[in-house]
Parts: sequence; C-alpha cells; structure tokens
Amino acid sequence: MATGIKDKVAILGMGCSNFGERWNDNAEDLMVEAFVEAIGDAGIEKSQIDAAWLGTGIEEQHVGKSAVPLSMALRLPYIPVTRVENYCASGSESFRGAVYAVASGACDIALAMGVEKLKDTGYGGLPQRNRGSVNDMFWANASAPGSFAQLATAYTSKFGVSAKDLKRAMAHVSIKSHDNGSKNPKAHLRNKITEDKVMNAPMIADPLGLFDCCGVSDGAACAIVTTPEIAKSMGKKDLVTIKAMQLSGSNGTEAQHNSWDGSYFATTRHAAARAYKEAGIDNPRKQVSLFDVHDCFSITELVTMEDLYISDEGRAVNDIMDGFFDADGEIPCQIDGGLKCFGHPIGASGLRMIYEMYLQMNGRAGERQRSEEPTIGMAHNLGGFPHQNICSLTIVGKEGV
Amino acid sequence: MDTGILAYGGYIPQSRLQRSEIAKAHTWFAPGLRGLAKGERAMANWDEDTVTMSVEAARDCMTGLDRDDIAAVYMASTTFPFQDRQNAGIVADVLALKSGIMTLDVGSSQRAGTSGLSIALQTSAAANNTTLLVTSDKRRTKAASPLEMTTGDGAAALLLGQGNVIAKHLGSHTEAVDFVDHYRDENNNYDYGWEERWIRDEGYLKIAPAAINALLEKTGVKAEDISTFCFPVAMARVAGMLAKNLGIPGDAVADNLQANCGEIGAAHAVVMLVHALEHAKPGDKILVAGFGQGCDALLFEATDALASYPARRGITGHLARRREETNYNRFLAFNGLINMERGIRAETDKNTGLTTLYRNKHMAQRFVGGLCTACDTPQFPKSNICVNPDCGEVGTQEDHPFADKISHLNSYTADKLTYSPDPPSYYGMIQFDGGGRLMNDICDIAPDFELQVGMSMRMMFRVKDYDNNRGFRRYFWKATPTDEALASQKTNKGE
Repeated sequence: MATGIKDKVAILGMGCSNFGERWNDNAEDLMVEAFVEAIGDAGIEKSQIDAAWLGTGIEEQHVGKSAVPLSMALRLPYIPVTRVENYCASGSESFRGAVYAVASGACDIALAMGVEKLKDTGYGGLPQRNRGSVNDMFWANASAPGSFAQLATAYTSKFGVSAKDLKRAMAHVSIKSHDNGSKNPKAHLRNKITEDKVMNAPMIADPLGLFDCCGVSDGAACAIVTTPEIAKSMGKKDLVTIKAMQLSGSNGTEAQHNSWDGSYFATTRHAAARAYKEAGIDNPRKQVSLFDVHDCFSITELVTMEDLYISDEGRAVNDIMDGFFDADGEIPCQIDGGLKCFGHPIGASGLRMIYEMYLQMNGRAGERQRSEEPTIGMAHNLGGFPHQNICSLTIVGKEGV
Repeated sequence: MDTGILAYGGYIPQSRLQRSEIAKAHTWFAPGLRGLAKGERAMANWDEDTVTMSVEAARDCMTGLDRDDIAAVYMASTTFPFQDRQNAGIVADVLALKSGIMTLDVGSSQRAGTSGLSIALQTSAAANNTTLLVTSDKRRTKAASPLEMTTGDGAAALLLGQGNVIAKHLGSHTEAVDFVDHYRDENNNYDYGWEERWIRDEGYLKIAPAAINALLEKTGVKAEDISTFCFPVAMARVAGMLAKNLGIPGDAVADNLQANCGEIGAAHAVVMLVHALEHAKPGDKILVAGFGQGCDALLFEATDALASYPARRGITGHLARRREETNYNRFLAFNGLINMERGIRAETDKNTGLTTLYRNKHMAQRFVGGLCTACDTPQFPKSNICVNPDCGEVGTQEDHPFADKISHLNSYTADKLTYSPDPPSYYGMIQFDGGGRLMNDICDIAPDFELQVGMSMRMMFRVKDYDNNRGFRRYFWKATPTDEALASQKTNKGE
C-alpha cells in the first residue's frame, strides 16, 4: 500500500534566475545563476549532491539532448544525471525525480534544475515546430493560444456565461498577475495593466487577446532536496516539506472519445483528487493558502480553479471578479506574477512555482510577501493542449501542517 | 446496351475573384484588360489543387453510388500537382477504390478533358465496365495576362459505362492538328501564346468545324437538332459564330460560364457538359467539343433516366456556394505570383516520410479510423486499444471511414499566431454523429462567417502541408460548415 510522499522530503535550498529576454545569456548561464543561489541557500558543498535531474521542454532550441549540459554547466562530480521532458510540465518532472530519489532512500541530497532559453527563435511566441512524423499528417495547424482559446468557446457554451463576462473575468486574471508581477524583481513583465487595455488588445486566437497570453521567457530555477532529518541535522528550521506530488496524463479520451466537452482539464481533476488525498486535505478551499497555477493563458487559470475544486463548476468567474484569488484575497493565486508576468521559460516554470511557495512560507518574498505566511501551497504545472496534456501537481507546506 | 454517362458531378472552389479588382491593379500597365473586367472567376483556396478538386467532383458524382463498381479512373488536366506520381492514382486511393483497377493521367493539351472522355467511353464500351473520369485545372497565369482574367479553377467528374445511362453516347470524332496557339515547355510555369485573331480565324473557326461536321456525319444527327452546344472558349462570340457557321441553333449555344466562373482549362468542356446535363431534359442532344492541337467532338443524348437523377451540388450547386473575393493580393499570394514575407514561423520543415505516409495512408488520405467491434465505438485514428474508457479491448477495431460523415463543432478558434497561408487559421474539435472526434483544421471560412459550437460540418479533401524544400505536398481532410449551416447563417443575417 503506497504511503505517499507526505513529509518525507524537505526543501534544502532553492534558486531562480531572473526571467525575461536574456539576450546575452545561454541556457548554461541561466542554470548557473539559479544553481549558485540554490546551493548558497542550501548551505552545502557541490560534492554532497548525490544525483541531479534536468527538465527542459524544447531542448533543440538550446541545450540539446541529455542531462550532460547540466552536469557540464554545473561541473557536477560524475554523479547520476537525467534529463526529463513532459511538455511545459518538465520542471515539475525534474523536481519529481529528485524528490522521489530522496524519498526512496537512494539519495540523501538531490538536485532538480529546470531551464529554457526560448528567445533565440527570431520571433515572438513559442517556437513553431513539428509534432512528430505521424501527428503532423493529421493534427490541426494549432498553436498553444489557439488550442487553449477553445476552452473559452466550450465553457461559454456549457455554462451559458456570456463571452463578454468571461472575457472580463479573464481580463481580471491578467490584471491581477500584472499587479503581482510589478512587485517581483525577478519577473519578466513588471508593468501594470488596465481592463481597457486587455479588452482592446490585438486578438491572438479568438477570444484570447495579447494580454490573455503569458510571456515567453528565458530562465532557470533550481531546487535542492533532502530528508527532513538531514535538513534538521544541518541546522535548518521551519522546514518546507513536500506534501504531495501527483501527475496525470491524457490517454486519448479527451481527444478521441465523445465524453469530454472541452471546457475543463480531465487530467487536473484526476491529479487534484489524488494530490489532496496524499496531502490529507479534505477541504482545499479552506486548507490551501496559496496557489501558483499554470496560467499560460488567462482562460487556463480560470477553468483550473474549478478543476482544482476551489471554485464550483461554472463559478470561477464569480470568484475571480470577487477578488478571491487576488494577492490580498482569500487564497492568492500567482502572487509572484505567474507564467503571465514572472514569465514562462518552459522547463523552469514548475520549479519557479515551488520557489515562490518556499519564499512565501519562509517570509522571504519581499514586497509581495503575503502578510499571513501561507502554510499549504499548491503548484499546478500543465503541459500540452487541453485535449491531450500532462498535469503535474505539487503540494508543499510547512512541516507539521 | 447503351454506353454513356451514368453519373455526373462537379466542383467549383468557393472564392470568386472579382475581375474588376484584377483590372484595377493592372490597367496602368495593360489598359486593354479593362475590356475583360466584368464578372468573376473561380479561385482555388491555398490548400486546393487539381487532385483535391477532382476528389470533390468525384465524391459529388458518386453520391449514392457504389464505388466498388469502378474499374478505371482517368484524370485529365494540364496542371497536375505531381509530374511523376500518378495523380489519378491519388484520386483513386482517396476515394478508397479497390486496387484492381486501371488508373491513368491524361494531359498535355487543353482538350485533355474531352480526349479522356472519348477514350473512357471507348474502353468502357469495349470492356463492358465502368470508368470514372475526373478532370480539373488550376492554370498558372502571369499577372496582367488576359488568361489571368478569363481562367477559373474547378473540376468535373463523369461516371461512364453501360446500363441505365442518363446520357447516351452517340459518337465521337477527333481531328488532330498541331496548331500551336500556345504552349508550355518542360522548363516553364506559364503559357506562351499567339495572337487571338489568328487563333479564332484559323483555329476555332476551321479546325472545330472539321471535327464537328465529321461527328454529325458519323452519327447522322443534323446540326439543327442539337439542343446544347458546349464549346469551351472564353473569347466572346466565338461559340456563337461557330454555331452559326455549322447550322446549330443560336439558342443551343451553352453558357461558357465566363461571367461567374472562368474557363477551367482542360476541364472546361466537361464542366460545361455537366452544367448542360443539370439543365437538360430527356431527348436533348448535347454536343461537346474540346479544342487544343486539334479538336475532340462528342455527341450525347439525354435519356429518360435523367429525369429521375438524384440531386447533388454539381456545377450549379457549387456556383451557388460562393464567396466574393475582392482582394487580388490574396490571389497573387496563393498562386506564388508575389514574393511575400511569410515570417520565420513559415520555415517549419514539412517533411513527409514516404514510409510513414504509406503506412498511414488510409488514415491520412482516406480518413479511415476504427470501429471497435467489442463496444461499437467509432474512433479516429484507428488504434490497437479501444479509446472508450469502459472498453479498452485490444485488437478489436475494424476500418471505419469518416470522410462522408457529418460532425458538429465542440469548440473552435481563429488563430492568428500559427503560420497559415491564409490567416487566421481556423480549427476546432469536431465530433462525428455516432462517435469519433478530432481536433481538426477548418477550411473555407469567410472573414465575416461566424462559427458556433454545435454547428454541423462536413469533410473536404485538402492539401495539409506543402513541403517546398522537396517539392512534396501531403493531403488530409478538413471540416467545413454544411450547406445547412451556411444557409442558416445567411438567414440569421437577413441576407
């Protein structure tokens, strides 16, 4: 009988590079930036790391294959290194590798690194690329915004929400993230925006306008994990431990079977139910105190708050407009600016979310620090398209909560 | 037993470029074009070629008929997408015909359509079998050429054979004359043409009468008994002059569709014949001729079976499925006549592994998915394990065709980010009645057309991607609103 991951692994140290258009830095430079902060925070020597995982999404744009670019950039001492990839959830995947390695007892200390260097394509937005030789024969000519935009059409049709009301709630999601991002010195986008600006922005993929889409950024984030016992033996106090890690992958039901209506993430619902159970959470709306969700698009965040069982189905619009998820609301969501404004260097994003949870729980989030320190936080990292995707959930919290 | 036409079908692409817009762009340079600046010409979408248009015409032709009866497929064109890969073979494969058939491309002349028709009738009569003739053209024309004004894109299809024909073949005659009014050699994309007056006086008015008179003599039919005279020539009044010289009644001269379609190259004689059949009554004698290095002439007589011929879109229906195009630049872009900045996103390699294609040909070209024999769930693509969460049986799926199914839109978008030759790129989740779904490209959406969740869609065969590095193109199926969906929107808008 699986006992789950709860409180078996603690965060020893974390680091995160500045996110943004890092024109003068290679992926290797970004990894080192995150690593130097993380290892300094952990207070260990490089030789104490037993194994490392590297998460990247579009490695052909920067580091190339394998985890060798990680071990070379960090000059790791011939330890086990592994590259993982699961669409935009690759960062969480590297974290999962490190956490499970420690939980299994195979490692005392493990490192997870996520990195992406996207601003080498010559154009804005994610790289346009092939999807596999057979897929390319029949997959629609779809971009990320076009795929996620369809959540909005299906959602309005299902719940009878007017397109205008939905668009306003989506606008609020983005305005809130820009407000939060403006207080984050590492964030890619630090400007505040208004509803007028969002509503009148150029259309990218109907009904998603420019401000409904997250930034495409360069960046890296790094975590070093160990057991709570080892952390304490090193003198660490107020530990942040892992409460749950759950992942769910589409199996074709959404894409090929007529039982899915296109308005929600089936994977998120499956993963969320398991994650709450693993963490011992029975009322997430009351018990979770911080969310960082995969707001690649405003509509993604909106439906995700329902899929994570925080807002009732069809009611996310109300919670959002009520300010429930604002930085000073009941449960802040994207208090660091989220993918929207902190930025979205694909492989780094999952780890960046956990980085923010870790800072907030340690009271180290600076100007954006939540007055009442969060105790339980959920990071929601998504990869792929609404109709076929990976959802990776990580719940972290203060030890003993 | 009579040999003749068993079925007909047609296809005209939806967009109609206004000739006044072409003239507006060019009259500074070629003021003579103003004389041709009336009406509109059919314009293929960026993802249409003569193979895709032939497929649509063939599907129209085979409405309600058993494709297993087809023993041969001939395709006639002067603009085949492939110079060495049999185009008729692609059409036959897409139509999911059995492999034990004859396939053949007929080309190299503007009378390829009528020559193909003549040969198909001869072979069907001799072998007592059924031949599908498809013919299509999408002629490349230089900017500011008269041909650019008078040409149109489209296709027609005829099912030929013996039995319950709707038009009986009375006879054929061909005059082969190496009269070079225009030509295009192996190294050039565009025609080189000679003076129109010479073509009219020494070509149309001398060579065509020789063929037609020989045909009338052979069949014993008098010129004055011809009900419809299909002579595909864009030049005004030529068909009328010809009819007058031959003794064919003036009112028998068929509409050359110059006003609303344009001349569809080698296919145009057959397009006019299909159009004539759509308006014919039993007993009508239809004379069709094709001109090009000589002249083919064929004579048909409509039978009583025509009166009960089931409705289809045909040429008339497709002419009604129309969208006015007023942007000449779009035509230039679609036809490679302008060097456009397409952006770095357009550089994505569209390589198709030929092994991958052959292995997945039924999926990609025929749009065949799977039907689980354990739980009756249709699904696309066909797979080893049933997608139904309550089934999951292994190895239970039979081939299940989706091409002729109706679907409904679950969700959709208009994507301005992804590269498309005609942005925005429309796509959405289509759900087939009875089961099966797919996130699929949507084609032929006018900028003022509003897609809606629940809208009914039908499938069309289109070019999926062009691989310009290697000169290959791959095909797939795209969804488009059904005629009912198009009509309901027109009603809602008060049109």
